[in-house]
Amino acid sequence: MSIETLKAGLAKYHEDVEAKLVKTPERANLEPNRLYTPLDIEGFDYERDLGFPGEYPFTRGVQPTMYRGRFWTMRMYAGFSTAEESNKRYKYLLANGGSGLSCAFDLPTQIGYDSTDPMSEGEVGKVGVAIDSLADMEILFDGIPLDKVSTSMTINAPASVLLCMYIAVAEKQGVSADKLRGTIQNDILKEYAARGTYIFPPKPSMRLITNIFEYCSKNVPLWNTISISGYHIREAGSTASQEIAFTIADGIAYVEAAIKAGMDVDAFAGRLSFFWNAHNNVLEEVAKFRASRRVWAKVMKERFGAKKPKSMMLRVHTQTAGSMLTAQQPNNNIVRVALQTAAAVMGGTQSLHTNSKDEALALPTTESVTIALRTQQIVAYESGLADTIDPLGGSYYVEALTNKIEAEAWEYIKKIDELGGAPEAIAKGYIQKEIQDSAYKWQMDVEKGNRIIVGVNKFQQEEEPPKNLLRVDGSVGKLQAEKIAALKARRDQAKVDETLAALKAGCADESVNLMPLILDAVKAYATEGEICGVMREVFGEYQAHTQL
Amino acid sequence: MSNIRVLVAKPGLDGHDRGAKVVARALRDAGFEVIYTGIRLTPEQIAEAALQDDVKVVALSLLSGAHNTLFPKVVELLKEKGLNDVLVIGGGVIPDADIPGLKAAGIAEVFTPGTPTSAIVDFINANVK
Repeated sequence: MSIETLKAGLAKYHEDVEAKLVKTPERANLEPNRLYTPLDIEGFDYERDLGFPGEYPFTRGVQPTMYRGRFWTMRMYAGFSTAEESNKRYKYLLANGGSGLSCAFDLPTQIGYDSTDPMSEGEVGKVGVAIDSLADMEILFDGIPLDKVSTSMTINAPASVLLCMYIAVAEKQGVSADKLRGTIQNDILKEYAARGTYIFPPKPSMRLITNIFEYCSKNVPLWNTISISGYHIREAGSTASQEIAFTIADGIAYVEAAIKAGMDVDAFAGRLSFFWNAHNNVLEEVAKFRASRRVWAKVMKERFGAKKPKSMMLRVHTQTAGSMLTAQQPNNNIVRVALQTAAAVMGGTQSLHTNSKDEALALPTTESVTIALRTQQIVAYESGLADTIDPLGGSYYVEALTNKIEAEAWEYIKKIDELGGAPEAIAKGYIQKEIQDSAYKWQMDVEKGNRIIVGVNKFQQEEEPPKNLLRVDGSVGKLQAEKIAALKARRDQAKVDETLAALKAGCADESVNLMPLILDAVKAYATEGEICGVMREVFGEYQAHTQL
Repeated sequence: MSNIRVLVAKPGLDGHDRGAKVVARALRDAGFEVIYTGIRLTPEQIAEAALQDDVKVVALSLLSGAHNTLFPKVVELLKEKGLNDVLVIGGGVIPDADIPGLKAAGIAEVFTPGTPTSAIVDFINANVK
């Protein structure tokens, strides 16, 4: 069919449809066009726009065989209460087909406070496991061979400390650092913009990040040194395009910082990884994953002159959208998560966490976590979605949407460049404001009924409050306090003082890589709060300025 | 209505402030005078801000599970400062089972996920002293 014939045919189709709309109107507020045809992807060039899986620009995926070789890593984010409790949950997940670990730390751990700090009151063991020292970390991974599993740790401001604890535990197991596989989140920019677990101001925070890049490139070469995260930006309310644009802008800032610190781009870029949200709109999400790979590949090749293909690959972990879970009719969340899983898989994720149905109410029970894990297994083994690569490639709609999201992302990246890069854009509140505006629009759309959430603003029903929610015992704080007291009584205090003093001196000298000094303090059983306390003394603390 | 001043605050270490910001903005659009504290405040800092800013309402948001400890503490500290008439409301990821305890501790109402912002506006208008 020639373009002219197609145009004429399409015009007639729309004309016929319009005539019928009086009788059978379409739904209001539909965002996509009625129909997509080759006209929506005019100029489409297979080689330039898609290429083959494992090849630039990686639109179709980062590996040549994708899930035909190996499924994505089924990595369930877990952790609560004490290291003992969380260790049990990890072993349960591994025994049930989970293929990697993902540690959730409580907020005091994420913000560098010991469980005994007054700031920790009420928060110990609540949203994750409480880790105060290497002693807790030894319990957390007890009986789990660290040369066999890969471990992701959601830790940002004190990422260096937790990574050192992991290295030290492995060493005690007889596993050398060069065998360790895993990821630390280590993405401070999105903490300032969207997630909130920052400690230090941007400058020393960026130094810690580049210290980690450098240390790991030499000592922990298989470790993903950062997980540049759009997940929390999306959870805070952004759109799909904003999610990838703001995150890639953060990525650009990290690459620039490492290059500025004297590193060669190909020496570290292959260990950068990303973290996306799998939201409700299945096809938009698939297009987002595809567009993000194309944008990053171009950034790395054209902007930074990377040579190795690995440096240009956007490898991504995904989590289903927590903010889309409803407290109403929680069983419906199982269906939402299944669709989000389908989107992540058709989008080509490298690993996935699926949320549990009860997470709008509390941390998940073992039963609901099992359903979430089984959801991934059903998609993997039964749905057929994993049997061919990039199954939606070539769809007029998905290709057009991929182009649209990519174009919107470039617009934002350009705007952020004009503001002086992501750290400046965050300092000016630009990124936060954009996210807030999108979040407010979403809420108003729901309240006006322009956006339907089943069970929330349509199809509501009376229901009993759900039973069997997981409750974190209030005594965790006390237990941790007892552990810290016992630790302080038995450790070599002189060694602790000595390593902390060396760390403090290192903090004051920008040319020093802090990783070996932190590792020494960790091995001497200095607590996380003591280590971060020393860094707080030298670096100071970040003060946020929130605008509405 | 324009003289009703509301402090929207996030106690504890939780950084999830999407809800707090959306509520703050919705209250402002509804005509209240809104002050948002930002994240990571101690109950003491919140009570002090309520005193300094002479607010009629304190709206607490928390998603980390620390509500049973931190919400009552804010109420207690407000009372210590003599702010007995301040309406304290809360929201976040809060299991139903915790709500009676929070109400007994002086939280006038708890708004859980899925609540339209208009319900919060209506509640404040009906209950503010």
